[in-house]
Amino acid sequence: MRLKTFPGGIHPHDEKHYSKAAPITNFPTPNRVIIHLSQHIGAPSTPIVAVGDTVLKGQLIAEPSGFVSLNQHASISGKVTKIGKFMHPTGALAMGIEITSDGMDQMVELVDDENFMSLPVESIKERIAAAGISGMGGAGFPTHVKLSPPADKPIDVAILNGVECEPYLTSDHRLMLEHAQKVIDGLKIIMKVTGARKGMIGIEANKPDAIDLMHKLCSKEKNLEVVGLKMQYPQGAEKQLIFAATGRKVPAGGLPMAVGVVVQNVGTALAIYEATRYRKPLIDRVISITGSVVKKPMNILAPIGTLYSDLVEFCEGTTAPVGKAISGGPMMGFALPSLNAAMTKGSSGLVLFDEKEAKSMAEHTCLRCARCVDICPMNLMPSLIASSVKYHDLDSAVEAGLNDCIKCGSCAYVCPARIRLVQWIDTGKLRYAEAQRNK
Amino acid sequence: MMNSSDKLIVSPAPHVHDKSTVKNVMWNVVLALLPALVFATYFWGIRALLLSLTGAVAAVVCEAIIQKLRKVPVTVQDGSAFLTGLLLAFNIHAGAPIWLPIVGAVFAIGVGKQVFGGLGNNPVNPALLGRAFLLASWPTQMTAGWVAVKNSAMSGLNDLTRIANNLGELSPKAYELVTSATPLGVAKTLRDTSFVSQINAEAGGIDLGGRIFGGLTEMETLKSLFWGNIGGCIGEVSAFALLLGAAYLLYKNIIEWRIPLFYIGTVFVLSFIFGGIPGSGTSIMLPFFHIFSGGLMLGAFFMATDYTTTPLTKSGRIIFGIGCGLLTVVIRLVGGYPEGVSYSILFMNVLTPLIDMMTMPKAFGKVKK
Repeated sequence: MRLKTFPGGIHPHDEKHYSKAAPITNFPTPNRVIIHLSQHIGAPSTPIVAVGDTVLKGQLIAEPSGFVSLNQHASISGKVTKIGKFMHPTGALAMGIEITSDGMDQMVELVDDENFMSLPVESIKERIAAAGISGMGGAGFPTHVKLSPPADKPIDVAILNGVECEPYLTSDHRLMLEHAQKVIDGLKIIMKVTGARKGMIGIEANKPDAIDLMHKLCSKEKNLEVVGLKMQYPQGAEKQLIFAATGRKVPAGGLPMAVGVVVQNVGTALAIYEATRYRKPLIDRVISITGSVVKKPMNILAPIGTLYSDLVEFCEGTTAPVGKAISGGPMMGFALPSLNAAMTKGSSGLVLFDEKEAKSMAEHTCLRCARCVDICPMNLMPSLIASSVKYHDLDSAVEAGLNDCIKCGSCAYVCPARIRLVQWIDTGKLRYAEAQRNK
Repeated sequence: MMNSSDKLIVSPAPHVHDKSTVKNVMWNVVLALLPALVFATYFWGIRALLLSLTGAVAAVVCEAIIQKLRKVPVTVQDGSAFLTGLLLAFNIHAGAPIWLPIVGAVFAIGVGKQVFGGLGNNPVNPALLGRAFLLASWPTQMTAGWVAVKNSAMSGLNDLTRIANNLGELSPKAYELVTSATPLGVAKTLRDTSFVSQINAEAGGIDLGGRIFGGLTEMETLKSLFWGNIGGCIGEVSAFALLLGAAYLLYKNIIEWRIPLFYIGTVFVLSFIFGGIPGSGTSIMLPFFHIFSGGLMLGAFFMATDYTTTPLTKSGRIIFGIGCGLLTVVIRLVGGYPEGVSYSILFMNVLTPLIDMMTMPKAFGKVKK
């Protein structure tokens, strides 16, 4: 198979050896979970339960507060014990609903529609929306919104993102190996809903077993294609994946639908399958707990809202003092102040570094070496954006590409001066948004 | 066991990094210059080594003193001052007085770099600025007293003396030219029609001009130029040694191929088209003579690739390389100096902000206006 890729990008060590061979293990019911009201891009959900209420596993506990918003469900059965601020996987405090387990793990009733593929499109969409699914690759866009493009933007290709280009993480890899057929069924549902005639699954070359398996399962179907991709970060970024798989360029500032493409993460496809066939809400997901200090790195199927500290304990703790805890992958993830954060629908991994790995160097002045310019997958000038932001010249920052940056971190990865390019660009984006508001 | 969870480091993504650091980059460039230093020492003796180290140490000391006076952290261990001093000394010939690299290095670091705020902020290449300063202030010391190659392990190819054989009897003027000028100087003088007719007349009608030109572009001379068995500045000694270092830097991804390729390529093409002499025309070997002569290899791989003073954009680097090549050929063929590498690079350094502005890349997916 000829491997495809995109221009630019970097080649970090993939470090997937810690957990890639660990089969998905079910997490026993936790004592408590925290269901965050912001698990997605868009308005936070509105709680419909009160402290003291008894809830079943899978029961709706928060509703969308706008068009781009999401349903949230209890992931264990028990009692609502607090509605307030809890640590979010981004490290910030955010509103959430705490549920304390009754130990019964009692679930709402599900269905089993074996003929789920013949359901009308509208009722599939309803089931997806009801299940509270948001993109599980990290960005967290509400899935039912993404699957409802306006009529003037027809979709002809649906791509499943099985790239998992973030180092360390293996949850999508294991999911593709252990639930391959369900993932493919999820893709077929996505194709049906969006009207896409072609379905593709993009997988990087460091997962040959997943490529082979998917290839075998898809080979009988002529409208499905497995795309092997050269290892290159950030291949899992939507625009880069679309270019690698189809050669289409999403216009700057535009969405994939502008080129007739919809992209969904493989985990999201599984959730879509379960929601469509069983009406199962999104209440659990696979998460990799990995890194050099984790005693037993694992891929865990855990209820949404499980505390990171409980997951680490489940992996038998750590072998050395933890220097840094990263929610997500090491390229784009968030360093947490403590492990008291609860996982959300977008939590693909928790990476623990030892104290040495956690150290970073001080910023040096820019040498103008242009490495960041050479590798930027969006063809921007990161160093120029950063220095423009530093000296409060927003116009120059925008000209150098401030608003096109996808914050993949490739520039900061290669910068010999160790400039926190992503942080400067983030600062610029905030200042720009503020300036737009004050206009 | 969960330990020290209260001492977690919180910092922005990405949380992993490749191994590159400023220090690593600079010392690797110094390392890449070592083959040239070894060759220079072999051909010109220990004095070449002494002058080079003097320049490097002077630059380091000067930077440390200025940083102390500026009350900013002393960063000489990053290797950038050492590199500037070494490159400056590489632009001086092995017969120069010992104070020359010291004065040059102090000027390069003081006026070329620290005045602007230090590493990353200087508008032009400090080492080349130091060289220009020396050449303007002490032209005699900078050019007179070229040291002939000491070690004649490759005797027979030695210098241009092979070409000079018998010239003395035929034409004293031609002999003087070949024995006192650098190969590029010889090539340039041969372009002067009246000079060529004079020496031809002295020799009684023999085409001496064509004979010397032929000597410059024959295989033996090119071999000398390639291996370094020829007069010149310390760092210009051997194209081979410089290419060895350049290959290392390209392999390590420390320099990028665009500037050197377009620089050398431009010199190659233009010297073939325009570099001939009246009467004899050009030669297919002439471009090789031009790319292996003088400071081109040193300039193209080690000076024109200086991060701070060259364009950020990829297309800008192509323009920069072509511009350097064009200017070098213009100066070599019609300018006031036999060699034009350093002035070409300095000139293009000044144009760099303009080039960057003109070649701003379009974001992925941006429609060209």
